[in-house]
Amino acid sequence: MPVPDLLIELFSEEIPARMQTRAAGDLKKLVTDGLVEAGLTYASAAAFSTPRRLTLTIEGALAASPTTVEERKGPKADAPEKAIEGFLRGARLTRDDLEERDTPKGKILFAKITKPGRPAAEIVAEVLEQTIRNFPWPKSMRWGSGTLKWVRPLHSILCILVTEEGAEVVPMDVDGIKAGNTTQGHRFMSPGAITVRSFDDYTTKLQRAHVVLDASERADAIWHDATNQAFAQGLEVVEDAGLLAEVAGLVEWPVVLMGKIDDDFLGLPPEVLQTSMKEHQKFFSVRNPKTGRIERFITVANRETADNGATILAGNQKVLSARLADAKFFWENDLRTARAGMTDWLDALKNVTFHNKLGTQADLVDRMATLAREIAPAVGADPDQAERAARLAKADLASEMVYEFPELQGLMGRYYIEAMGEDKAVAAAAQDHYAPLGPSDDVPTAPVSVAVALAEKIDKLTGFWAIDEKPTGSKDPFALRRAALGVIRLISHNDLTESLSIVFNQLIFDHLMSPVYSAGNWGEGSLALLEAVREKLGSGISAVQATQELLEEVANGKSDLINLDYDDESQSLVTKTDEKSADLLAFLHDRLKVYLRDQGIRHDIIDACIAMPNNDDLNLLVKRARALSDTLKTDDGENLIQGFKRANNILTQAEEADGVEYSYGADPKFAETDEERALFAALDAAEAQITPAMQAQDFSTAMSAMAGLRAPIDAFFTAVQVNSDNATVRRNRLNLLSRIRQICLAVADLTRIEG
Amino acid sequence: MSDTSTAPRSFQEIILRLQTYWASKGCAILQPYDMEVGAGTFHPATTLRSLGAQPWAAAYVQPSRRPTDGRYGENPNRLQHYYQYQVLIKPSPPDLQELYLGSLQAIGIDASLHDIRFVEDDWESPTLGAWGLGWEVWCDGMEVSQFTYFQQVGGHDCSPVSGELTYGLERLAMYVLAVDHVMDMPFNDPQSPIPLTYGDVFKQTEEEYARWNFDVANTEVLLRHFEEAEAECKAILDQAHDDPKTGKRIVMAHPAYDQAIKASHIFNLLDARGVISVTERQAYIGRVRALTKACADAFVQTRAGGWTPEAVA
Repeated sequence: MPVPDLLIELFSEEIPARMQTRAAGDLKKLVTDGLVEAGLTYASAAAFSTPRRLTLTIEGALAASPTTVEERKGPKADAPEKAIEGFLRGARLTRDDLEERDTPKGKILFAKITKPGRPAAEIVAEVLEQTIRNFPWPKSMRWGSGTLKWVRPLHSILCILVTEEGAEVVPMDVDGIKAGNTTQGHRFMSPGAITVRSFDDYTTKLQRAHVVLDASERADAIWHDATNQAFAQGLEVVEDAGLLAEVAGLVEWPVVLMGKIDDDFLGLPPEVLQTSMKEHQKFFSVRNPKTGRIERFITVANRETADNGATILAGNQKVLSARLADAKFFWENDLRTARAGMTDWLDALKNVTFHNKLGTQADLVDRMATLAREIAPAVGADPDQAERAARLAKADLASEMVYEFPELQGLMGRYYIEAMGEDKAVAAAAQDHYAPLGPSDDVPTAPVSVAVALAEKIDKLTGFWAIDEKPTGSKDPFALRRAALGVIRLISHNDLTESLSIVFNQLIFDHLMSPVYSAGNWGEGSLALLEAVREKLGSGISAVQATQELLEEVANGKSDLINLDYDDESQSLVTKTDEKSADLLAFLHDRLKVYLRDQGIRHDIIDACIAMPNNDDLNLLVKRARALSDTLKTDDGENLIQGFKRANNILTQAEEADGVEYSYGADPKFAETDEERALFAALDAAEAQITPAMQAQDFSTAMSAMAGLRAPIDAFFTAVQVNSDNATVRRNRLNLLSRIRQICLAVADLTRIEG
Repeated sequence: MSDTSTAPRSFQEIILRLQTYWASKGCAILQPYDMEVGAGTFHPATTLRSLGAQPWAAAYVQPSRRPTDGRYGENPNRLQHYYQYQVLIKPSPPDLQELYLGSLQAIGIDASLHDIRFVEDDWESPTLGAWGLGWEVWCDGMEVSQFTYFQQVGGHDCSPVSGELTYGLERLAMYVLAVDHVMDMPFNDPQSPIPLTYGDVFKQTEEEYARWNFDVANTEVLLRHFEEAEAECKAILDQAHDDPKTGKRIVMAHPAYDQAIKASHIFNLLDARGVISVTERQAYIGRVRALTKACADAFVQTRAGGWTPEAVA
C-alpha cells in the first residue's frame, strides 16, 4: 500500500505576529492528535507559519486506518430467545455472526464486531474541519455573512494527500471554503494562484513566489543581513530576540534596510532611542561600539523594489524623525521640570490613585520615605539620602516620557534626578527600587537603593495584606509574590539583619489605622490607647501583648494615660494586626520555600529552620537552611539524623510511659561503658563549639560539630541498652539522650526532617 | 483632476480621488454628519448602519474634533479639528483588502515602490460599546489607515459583519504630498490663481478653538448641557413606538442618537478643560455608553435596523 504524505495550508488575511508560532504548534497538535485517535498513524510532522498562512506537513501516514475486530461476550447459548435477540439488536448483528464456545461456565455465545478501516482522506477531512472550527486563537472573529470564526478572514484551504501516483485533494468544505490544491505567493511581488503537488513542490514554488515559509529561516536571514550591514560600517546591532521573532512574523520576504538617525537626536538617552524605535516602528537599534551611542536603525521591509528600497527607507526615516522629535520634546520638557525641582511631578502624584484603599501615589511616597529612613541604618545607608531617594523615586511617573513609554519608568527617574544635581546614589535608587523584578534579575546592592527597594516592597506587602488583597491561586494582580521574593533576595543577598515581624506589625497597624483617622469618628479614648499601643510595637512584641502591657501599666498606675477606651473596635484592630502580620510572615516563608527549593534545598529542611526562634529574620533563616542542607548531604549528617531520631523516640516513649520529662542531670559518674563515657565527652566538646558558634550565627561550624556526634551516638546505641534494669542507670541514660536532643534542637528542629 | 497616473497635488485632490474611487466601487458617497463628533465612526451611517442585516455601502469625509489634541496650530501634525475618510461596507466583501490597496494606488501610493503592511490592531470604543479586529495599515513604517471588522456595536453582535476603513486624511496627505508641517500643505492646487494652504484655511481656527477648549469653555454650562442631552436622549427613547398623531410606527433612534453624540462631544470638551478626574472619567464614559447602547437597541427596532412587522408576528 502506498504511504501518503499530507499537506495542509490555511491561508488567511494577516495573522498577528505574536500569535503565529503558537498557532502553528496548535495546528500540528490538533491535527496529529485527531489522526492518531482515528487510527491513522504517521512518521513525522512539522508546522510553519507566515503572516498569511499556517502550514502543516505530515509524512508517512497510513493510507487508511486499520480494520479492527472487537470481541463481545453474549448470553449463554441456552438463554431465552428474547435475551439473545436483545443482544443481537444491541450489537447490530445477526444470528450468523455469533459463535458458540465452551467455557467453564457452560456454552456461551460470542460475537465478533469488525470495524472496517477508513480511507485517510475521510479521516483527514473530518479532523481538519474539527480543528478549524475549534481552533484555540486567543481572539477570533467573524466576517462577511458567515458564522465561521478565525483569527482574520480565512480565504482558502489547501489539503492534499500525496502518493507516488500524484497528489489528490481531500474533498472537504468548511462553511463554503472548499479545500483545493492551490495557494498564493507574496501579496505584492508574486500575486496569483500556485498549484501545489507536494510539500517539496510547495516550498520551492513559494520560495520562487517570494515567500520564505519557515519563520526561523526568516529570522536567521534578518539577523544575518542586519549584522553584516552593521559590521560593514563598523557598527553592531543591539540584540533583541523578542523583536526579531516579531519582525519575522510581519514579513514573508524579509529585506533588511539600514538607515541613519538624524544628528539632532543622538543626544537622547540610548534607552529612549531604542524604546521609541522598537515600540513604535519595530526597528532594531544599531550601536557604535566605540562610543556606545545608537547611531543607526535597521528596518525590515516585506519586499524588494526597483529602487532597492530607497523610497521605503526614506519614508521610514521620516516617520522616525517625527517620532524622535516627540521624544526629544518630552525629554527637554522633562529636564526643565526636573531642574526646577520636580515639584510639578510630585504634585501630580497627589492626583494619581495607587489603590483606592491605600491612597494616592503621593501617600505611597510618604510612607516609602518614612520606611526607607528607618531601614537605612540597617543597610548602611545615610538616612537623609534614603528618605530623599524615596521621595523622588516615583516622580518620573508623572513625566511626559514615562507617560509615553511606561517601560522606561525608573530609568528616566535616574536621568532626571541626576540632572537635578542630586547625589548619584539617590538617582540610582530611582532606577533600582523596582528591582529585583524576575527571579534571576540582579539584586540592588548600593545601600540607598536597597533601602528604597525594601521600603517599596514592604509597604506594598503590608498594605495589600491590611486590606485583604492577598494573592489567591493563579491570581496575583498586584504582583505580591514577586514583591515577597524581592524582599527575600534583597535581605539574603545583602546579608541584612531585619526583624520583619516588628516592621510588619507596625506597618499593618498603620495601614489599618489609616481609614480610622480619615473616618474621624472613633472616640478619643480609643485613639489614645491605639497610639500608645503603636509606640510599644517597636520593641518587637505583638499588638495584643502591647495592649496587655499597656493596660497592666495603667492598672498599676505606671502610666500617665487616663480615660483609655479599649472597646470592641480597637480590640478587633489589635487582633487583626497580629493575625495579618503572622499571615504575611507565613506567606514570606512560603515564598522562601519556593526560592530555596529552586536552589535544591528540601522543604523539610526549611521547615526544620522555620520552626526555630527568630524566624522573621530571613537572612538567618536562609543561612541556617543552607548550612543544614549542606550538613545533611554529608555521610555524618545523614546518619546523625537517624541517631537523633532514635534518641528522640526512646526518650519520648519513656517520657510518656513515666509521665516525667528527662531534661537535666545526666552525670558521667553513672556511666557504665566506655561508649557511654565517650558520648558524655563528645557532647561536652560539641556543646563547647556549638554554643558560641550559634551565638555568632556561624551555622556551618555549629552543624559540623553536631554532625560530629554521629560516631559517638552510633557507638553508644550499638553498645548500650538504654532501658537498664538499674533505675538510676536508666534515668541517667535517658537524661543523656535528652542532652542529644537539646543540643541538636538548638541548631534546628530535626524532628521535622523526613526519612 | 482624477487622473490617477499622476501624483496628486493638493489635500483636496486626495479627498476627491478617494471619493471617485469608492464611488466607482459602488459606495454611496455621503456628506459629513452635521454634528460635532470625535471620529468618523460616530456618523450614524457607520454606528447605526453597522447594525441589523440590511446590506450597506457608504463612504464619506467626516470632520472630527478632539479638543485635547489642540496645539494652537503649531504642532506639525496635531490638530483639534481634522478630517477622517470613512468607508463602511456590510457585509464585508471578501476582497476588502484588495479594494483598500486599490484606494492607495488611486491617491498615488505605488505599491511596487512602498512597503505596505497590515499590523495587528484591535479596535475598541468604550463610548460606543463597540469592538472589532483588524489592523493598522503601515506604509513605509507610517500608519496610514485603520482597517476593522466590526464584531459588536452598541452591545449588539454585528451580523453580518461590516468592514470599516478609516483614513486620517491630513497625515495621509502630508505623506503623499511630502509635506513636513500640516499648515504648509497645499489645500487646493498650488497652480490655482489663489493657492491656499491648510494653514490659510485652518491656522486661525486652530488657535481660536485651542484657547476656547482649554481655557474659556464654560464648564458649568457644559456640565448642564451634558445632563440635558442625556435626559433628552432617554426621554426620546421612552416614547411609544407608535406615533399618536400619524398612527405610524416611528421609533426615533436617530434623534436620540444625536443627543448621545452631543453628550459624547461635551464630555470631550470637559476632559480638555481638565475638570474630569480619573475616577469620574470612567463614570462619564459609562453614561455615554449607556446612551449609545440604548440608541442601538432602538435602531434595531426600526426598518433600517432590520425590524419587520412579520418578525414580530
